[in-house]
Amino acid sequence: MSRTAILRFAVIVGGIAVLEALCLAGVIDKITMQPPHLIVRDLWRLLVSGRMNAAIVKTLANTLLALGLAVGAGLIVAALLHRRRAVRDTLDPLFATYYAVPVFAFYPFFIVVFGLGDLPQILIAFMLAVVAVIVNTLNGLDRVPPVLLKTARVMRLAPAAAAWRLTLPAAGPHIVTGVKLAVAYAFIGIIGSEFILSRGGIGYEISFAYNNFDNATMYPLIVLILLASIAINSMLTRWERTLLARRGIR
Amino acid sequence: MSGEELGAPQVALRGVNKTFAASRERAPLHALGPIDLDLRRGEFFAVVGPSGCGKSTLLEIIAGLSAASEGSVHFEGRPIGREVPEGVGVVFQEDATLPWLTVQQNVAFGLRRADLARAGRDERVRDALRIVGLTDFATSYPAQLSGGMRQRVCIARTLVMQPRLILLDEPFGALDQQTRLLMGDEVLRVWRETGATVFLITHALDEAAMLADRIGVMSARPGHLKDIVETGWPRDRDSRIVERPEFGAITARLWKHLRGESMKTLGRPAS
Amino acid sequence: MSGAGSAQRARNGVILVVALLAAWQVVYWLIGSDALASPMETARYTLTLVRRDDFPLHVYDTMRAFAIAFAVSVVMGLAIGFWLGYNRLSGDVFEPMFVTIYAIPKLTLYPILLLAFGLGLSAKVGFGVLHGVIPIVLFTASAVRNTRPILIKTGRVMKLSGMQTVRWILFPSAIPEIFTGLRVGFSLTLIGCLLAEMFASQRGLGYLLMTGIGLHNLPQVMAVTMLIVVFAAAVSVALLALDRRLHRQREVAVLT
Repeated sequence: MSRTAILRFAVIVGGIAVLEALCLAGVIDKITMQPPHLIVRDLWRLLVSGRMNAAIVKTLANTLLALGLAVGAGLIVAALLHRRRAVRDTLDPLFATYYAVPVFAFYPFFIVVFGLGDLPQILIAFMLAVVAVIVNTLNGLDRVPPVLLKTARVMRLAPAAAAWRLTLPAAGPHIVTGVKLAVAYAFIGIIGSEFILSRGGIGYEISFAYNNFDNATMYPLIVLILLASIAINSMLTRWERTLLARRGIR
Repeated sequence: MSGEELGAPQVALRGVNKTFAASRERAPLHALGPIDLDLRRGEFFAVVGPSGCGKSTLLEIIAGLSAASEGSVHFEGRPIGREVPEGVGVVFQEDATLPWLTVQQNVAFGLRRADLARAGRDERVRDALRIVGLTDFATSYPAQLSGGMRQRVCIARTLVMQPRLILLDEPFGALDQQTRLLMGDEVLRVWRETGATVFLITHALDEAAMLADRIGVMSARPGHLKDIVETGWPRDRDSRIVERPEFGAITARLWKHLRGESMKTLGRPAS
Repeated sequence: MSGAGSAQRARNGVILVVALLAAWQVVYWLIGSDALASPMETARYTLTLVRRDDFPLHVYDTMRAFAIAFAVSVVMGLAIGFWLGYNRLSGDVFEPMFVTIYAIPKLTLYPILLLAFGLGLSAKVGFGVLHGVIPIVLFTASAVRNTRPILIKTGRVMKLSGMQTVRWILFPSAIPEIFTGLRVGFSLTLIGCLLAEMFASQRGLGYLLMTGIGLHNLPQVMAVTMLIVVFAAAVSVALLALDRRLHRQREVAVLT
C-alpha cells in the first residue's frame, strides 16, 4: 500500500477509535448512538437473521432499475442535445439550477397518478439521476477532439456507428463520472421516497426503527447502505482509472 | 519519373472558391481561390504557402470534409460534395489515434465496414503495420508511443483501407525536425509500395522539396496557386536527396515566391 | 463552450419558462385535479399564501437556517479546500475521502443527525452544511492545486513571500473555479436545509411542503415548490452569469 493509502487508513481507523472511545466514555449517550463495535455486531446479526433480506433486495433492485433507466435515457438525451445547439442552450439554465429543486415534492403527484407501488419511487430516483448523466455526458462530448470526429467522416462511418464506436468511448471518462453521481442520486431517490411513504425497503425500515427508538436496527442499516454505495463507487472509480490509465492520463 | 497515366487526372479542381459565411465574430471571409488544379494518378504533390492561405481548407475540400462555395471538384471523374468519397484517406496534424484501443485495434478500426472475413482483415492489418514498421507494437496503447509512432499508427489506419488518394495535412507539424525527416522517408516508402497518389500540405519548404514530384506554391489569403514547381526527382528517392545541388535551387525558388507572400501575412509590404 | 450571447440567453430562458408552464398546464388537463394544481390555481394560492400571517415566519425560518448553513459551508469549505490544495500530502490523503462523501447518499445519515442535534435549527444547519461544504472543498482544492506552475514560478522570480504568493497569485488565479464551487454549494446547501425541514421541523418552507403533502393540499404543495424553485433559479442564474463572466475574462486575458 502506498504511503497516502496507509495514512488514509490510519485516519479512518483513528476516527472510528475516537468514536468508540466517546461512546464507551458516555460522552455520546446510548440514545444517540451505540459504540461502533456494537453496530458491527448488530449488522452481522441482522444479516445472518435474514430479517431484512426482503427490504435489502427491494431497495437495491429499485435503485439499480432507476440507475439503468437514468443512464440509458441520459446518454440518449445527451447525444441528441449535443447535436441541437439551440435546444441545448435553452435547457442549459434548467440543468444548472436542477439540483436546487426539491424533486421529492413530485412524489405525492406520482403516487396519486401511479398508486403506491414501486413506480413513483423509481421515477423520483430517475429524475434525480438522469440530469447528472446528461450534464456530464454533454461535458464529455464537448471535449471530444475535433480531429476524431473528422476521422469518423474520413472512414465514412454511419452516424450511429460513429456515435457508438468513436464518440461514446472518447467521452468515456466523463460518462463514468456522470454514472457515479447517478448512483448516489438513485440511492437518494429511492431511500428518500421510502422515508416519506413506502410499503417496504431499507428506507422504510430505517424510518420505522428511528420512530421506535430501535438504534440496534437503525444504525446497522445506515452503515449497510453507506458501505454498499461506497463499494459501488469504488468499483466505478477503479474502472474509471483503468480507462484513464490506458490513455496515459494518471 | 513521376508516375503518370495518360488520360484524365485523378483529381480535378476548377474555379474552386471557398468563402466562410459571416458570423457574430467576423465578416464573411474569402479564404481560398480561385483554384484550378489537376492531380495526376500516382504522383506526389505537395502544397506550401504562408499561414492562413487556405492550404488546409483546400485539403478538406478535396477530401470532401468541406464543400467549395464555388467551382467543381472531381475525384476519378465523380464530383465530390460533403461526403468523403471511397478510396480517399486522410492523415491529420493532430493526434487522431483512438486512445482506448490498441495499435492493432486502431488500425483495424475502419475495416469493419469492408466486406472482409476476419482472416482477410487481420492480414491487411498486419501488412499495414509492417509497412509503417510498427509490428512489434501491435498490442501497445497509443499513450505508450511517441508522437511520431502515433502518426505512423494513423498512417497505417489509412493504408489499411487501400486508398487511391492519400491526403496529409501537415502530418509532421507536431514533431521535431529529425523525426520529421525520418517520417518523410516513411511516407516515400508508403507511396512507392502502395502506388497511391499523395497530396501533402506542409509549411516546411525543405520537406516539400525533398518529398514531392510537383510543388504548388500558394499565395497569401485568399490563396491561389502562384506557381507549380516540378522537381523531376526519381521515384526511388529518400531524404538523402537533400545532398543534391538541385535541392538547394528548388528550395530557393520556393522561398523566392513565398517570401513576399509571407510578408503580406505579417502585415509588411512585399519588398 | 461558446454559445448564446446574453440577449440570446435571456430569450432562451423565457422560452424555457413558457414551455414548462405550457407542459404543466397540459399535464393538468390530462391527469386532472386529483394529482396536481393548475398553474392558475397555484398562482392564486401563492397570493393567499404569502399574505398569511405565519408565512413570513416560515420564510424567515428557512432563510435563517440556509444563511447560517451557507456561511458555515463557505468558510469551512474555503479553508479546508485551500489547505487540501496547498498541502500536497493532506490533499492526497483526504481528498478521496471527500470525493467519496460526495458520492454517498447523505440522506441516509439524516436520522443520525436528528439524534445528534435534535429537531430544529441545528439539524437544518447541520444537514445543509453536510451537503454544501463538500463541493466547495473539492472545487477549491482543485483550483489551488491546479494553479499553473508558470504563475508560481513568476512569484518566486519576483521574490514573493508565502503569504504574498497566496494573496496575489494563488487566490486570484483560483477564483473562477472556486466560484463554480460556491455556486454548486449554494444549490446543495439549500436542498440540504429543505430536506431537513421536510422531515423534522415545525416551521419553514419544507415544513409547509410536508403538511401540504400530508393534508393533500395540492395547491399548497405546488405553491411552495414554485416559490423555492423561483428563488433557487433566480439566484442560480445570477451566479451562473457571474461564473461565466469570471471564466471568460480569464480566457481573453490568456489569449492577449
